[in-house]
Amino acid sequence: MAAPKKAAASTAQDKTDGGSPPEFTREQELKALREMLLIRRFEEKAGQLYGMGAIGGFCHLYIGQEAVVVGMQMALKTGDQVITGYRDHGHMLATGMEANGVMAELTGRHGGYSKGKGGSMHMFSKEKHFYGGHGIVGAQVSLGTGLAFANHYRGNDNVSVTYFGDGAANQGQVYESFNMAELWKLPVIYVIENNRYAMGTSVSRASAQQDFSKRGASFNIPGQQVDGMDVRAVKAAGDEAAAWCRAGKGPFILEMQTYRYRGHSMSDPAKYRTREEVEKVRHDQDPIEQVRNRLLAAKVSEQDLKAIDAEVRDIVNASADFAQHDPEPDAAELWTDIYR
Amino acid sequence: MPIQVLMPALSPTMEKGNLSKWLKKEGETIKSGDVIAEIETDKATMEVEATDEGTLGKILIPEGTADVAVNTPIATILADGESAADLAKAPAPAQKAAESAAPAVAKAEAPAPKTAPAPQAIAEPDPEVPAGTEMVTQTIREALRDAMAEEMRRDADVFVMGEEVAEYQGAYKVTQGLLQEFGAKRVIDTPITEHGFAGVGVGAAMTGLKPIVEFMTFNFAMQAIDQIINSAAKTLYMSGGQMGCSIVFRGPNGAAARVAAQHSQDYSAWYSSVPGLKVVAPFSAADYKGLLKAAIRDPNPVIFLENEMLYGHTGEVPKLDDFVIPIGKARIVRSGGHVTIISWSNGMSYALKAADELAKDGIEAEVIDLRTLRPMDTETIINSVKKTGRAVTVEEGWAQSGVGAEIAARIMENAFDYLDAPVARVSGKDVPMPYAANLEKLALPSVAEVVEAAKAVCYR
Repeated sequence: MAAPKKAAASTAQDKTDGGSPPEFTREQELKALREMLLIRRFEEKAGQLYGMGAIGGFCHLYIGQEAVVVGMQMALKTGDQVITGYRDHGHMLATGMEANGVMAELTGRHGGYSKGKGGSMHMFSKEKHFYGGHGIVGAQVSLGTGLAFANHYRGNDNVSVTYFGDGAANQGQVYESFNMAELWKLPVIYVIENNRYAMGTSVSRASAQQDFSKRGASFNIPGQQVDGMDVRAVKAAGDEAAAWCRAGKGPFILEMQTYRYRGHSMSDPAKYRTREEVEKVRHDQDPIEQVRNRLLAAKVSEQDLKAIDAEVRDIVNASADFAQHDPEPDAAELWTDIYR
Repeated sequence: MPIQVLMPALSPTMEKGNLSKWLKKEGETIKSGDVIAEIETDKATMEVEATDEGTLGKILIPEGTADVAVNTPIATILADGESAADLAKAPAPAQKAAESAAPAVAKAEAPAPKTAPAPQAIAEPDPEVPAGTEMVTQTIREALRDAMAEEMRRDADVFVMGEEVAEYQGAYKVTQGLLQEFGAKRVIDTPITEHGFAGVGVGAAMTGLKPIVEFMTFNFAMQAIDQIINSAAKTLYMSGGQMGCSIVFRGPNGAAARVAAQHSQDYSAWYSSVPGLKVVAPFSAADYKGLLKAAIRDPNPVIFLENEMLYGHTGEVPKLDDFVIPIGKARIVRSGGHVTIISWSNGMSYALKAADELAKDGIEAEVIDLRTLRPMDTETIINSVKKTGRAVTVEEGWAQSGVGAEIAARIMENAFDYLDAPVARVSGKDVPMPYAANLEKLALPSVAEVVEAAKAVCYR
């Protein structure tokens, strides 16, 4: 198969097998650890609240995939936009949205980012340039291409980071968007979070081309496979893709090879994979443990790491408290925000 | 026998065109495939190719002749051995002759319009236009183009995207001249990819840009309806008011002429049932202009349903610097006390002609052009029905779950005690649109059906 024409993109093997990615500074390692821990603890708490009936509807947890959004966010600058599908809590926290507002949206309260009218799958923040939170598989790919179109139209140097999964990668509008993005040289990074399962269907059962970095090949969009469990590899790939986009060279595809530990949603019978498979990834590749181990090896004390854990737990506990005590939206909110 | 070359129809809706140029002279030899003339409609210029061989005997219609009706003989071709003396033997226009000249490769696949003026039965002055305002006569196509051009001059965030909107000048010539004035950055040809570019437009609008997304027809927008409804209409609500989108989706809706089931559907009822969308479907040239300008300025997603059969219709458009008609207001275009006829878009053509017919029988119909389907101007409907006690709705779409059904329900809810007869609906028949000319006519509403319905509710 033809490799992407633009050979500046490295091949998958370069990145995944070809040695370690660039080292992080201690400051970067600590930041990555804190951000990933915040997402993990937040999601664990969300799972608990769901079990208690405080969160309803659909709730898709991000546990296991934290390095993807945290590493990508470290490659971005203020003004870059982020958009994703329905497994979105991690993306929101990574962009700096408040845990209180996210958790209160999950419980359907007035203090949620969408005043309780969006729920788990539909939150937005203009301030943080987070454009949702979309429940139709693949729809965010066209929308994210539109964000990039707006950057191009305005002539700014912002980049749209458009996340979607290995399942959405089989939707038709993804390829309609790829075509336009390359045709018009739009600054968009397509981040395909390949967590190996589209709901209960494994990649091998759904995808004719399982190397998602090649999914843009027929449009000449360069792509790269990335170890999405290593936050340093994610950031390095994000830096490269962002530079490509900002240089006016058009879109870039990053296939993040990652894994979700929990079910597709809370009501997932998990018959499509073995417990051993999940345990093996957790044991061998956990993105948070990787950073923690490196920090310990670099002589950061257990105590310092525990302090980070404690700070994160406090934020998450406070958000859970807020989300359960904040009032439900006023009944009058039923009729607002339909038109402006 | 000499062969007659007839004025060809370039599209299902073309009735006449201009013979702009002869490329062959009388006496010249013609081979099959030679381009012999150029003809022009307000949509496109096309070349006429000869399908017969011989000598161009006589040019019957000189170049520069305007409004030549389809099937008019425009020239005769002499076969080998024939001379000018044989010209008198040329047959009367016949189907065989019509086939002897075919337009060259159809540059514009989209049907060209009629150029007939819109019915001028409008009795009531337009309340949006100050008395004494100078009026210009324009086609609806021109009114739409001017509305877009004016808004693009006014606001750099407004741009147009769609299939063939730029270099081709619009599949129906609605965007004619926009590329030349505003450049390729703001007048954007897209690939044939409705689902994708509708999403791109919505994404751009979420950042504050104001796209005008043209669908070559709303029939193709079914590919994109997920983005229109799930992304454009619902995002403001789902984001608790943080993020909406100012975007116009526009293009021809409903039946054209002889384009069959997949290209003839009326989506009025579909879009007008969705909260978060505004839906506009005008009839007069002035309303097309004023409402499109309002739609572009509106901070919400607006579905702007045009009608291909009306593009070539002319009407009086006020010559005002900034002529904007508010969305959500119906207009009483003819007043009367016996029965209220409610319609919109091309349905108004039946309604107005029916009102003329009814007047001959002493029935004075009040005709309401809804202009906007969502939000619907219930008040104007109800006030009229309270006066007349009778109502007929007219639409080209299907009756079940249609806009007429909605109007009937609102009248029942708000003016039940004023009704002297059940509300009557005239609608498209409950079938996919047939191709055959006679069946197509039967499938659409007719003036006679409107007259009959109005008489029925008047117990006449």
